[in-house]
Amino acid sequence: MNLLALSLPAVLAQSDSGDLLVAQNIAFGIIAATMLFSAWRVVSTNNIVHAALYLVIALAGVAAIFILLGAEFVGVTQILVYIGAVVVLFLFGIMLTRARLGDVESVDHENRLIAALTAVLLAVVMSYALIDSFGDTRIDIETPSTTQAVSDSIFSDYIIPFEAVSLLLLAALIGAIVVARREDGS
Amino acid sequence: MVLNQFLLLAAALFCIGVYGVLARRNGVMVLMSVELILNAVNINLVAFAAFTNSIAGEVFALFVIAIAAAEVGVGLAIVLLIYRNRKSIDLTEVDLLKG
Repeated sequence: MNLLALSLPAVLAQSDSGDLLVAQNIAFGIIAATMLFSAWRVVSTNNIVHAALYLVIALAGVAAIFILLGAEFVGVTQILVYIGAVVVLFLFGIMLTRARLGDVESVDHENRLIAALTAVLLAVVMSYALIDSFGDTRIDIETPSTTQAVSDSIFSDYIIPFEAVSLLLLAALIGAIVVARREDGS
Repeated sequence: MVLNQFLLLAAALFCIGVYGVLARRNGVMVLMSVELILNAVNINLVAFAAFTNSIAGEVFALFVIAIAAAEVGVGLAIVLLIYRNRKSIDLTEVDLLKG
């Protein structure tokens, strides 16, 4: 079943493609505003548990953007891996390190003005470069890419990188266990 | 849709992530900001995949997701070890290699 058919743009697909484009742009605007707000809260809130929960919203927004772009398999993987696994791992990390909650001095650096300056400068440079080089290049998605196409590509063209990534994942998990293990057994 | 709207969104997300990495003192919060950066890169990869009508960008986005999962695992193990040794995950206190 095609996930794009469930998303907001395709509800209006019966009408002509102009309406579809408007619906896609409205969906994009809502998703983008939600994502940017929650991403900002991730880096600005003083409560570390709230930061992890805002991270869930930002990651779900990224998954929605993937589905809007017709990459349904990547979108589903994003939800499974990030919201299902990574955020839970973060919550475990918060729990195990018993971070002090709501303590302003303990979460933010004293030189965060310089950090903000760096980020703003980077944003200006990147936005200028992007607008300069791509302008209003259009992107049209006729059909969403199927899971079959993705898996065909992984298991033919990219089989060696795929095996390397699986080995790296195994090594990283063993490494994480070895690093986090207590010295006196168990 | 315009290609640039996705790229500019990714750029904004990337910059928020960079601010988080630089401004946060808590080790776990720095790792969260790194996740924001990796997701911004993924948006770029998928947007260019849709733009060029090729599947390679999506495959590499999947690779980035796998690497990010490994990175969080190792990163949180390191933060846990720092906490166990120093009873704090304040990154400004970790300055053993400072000259």
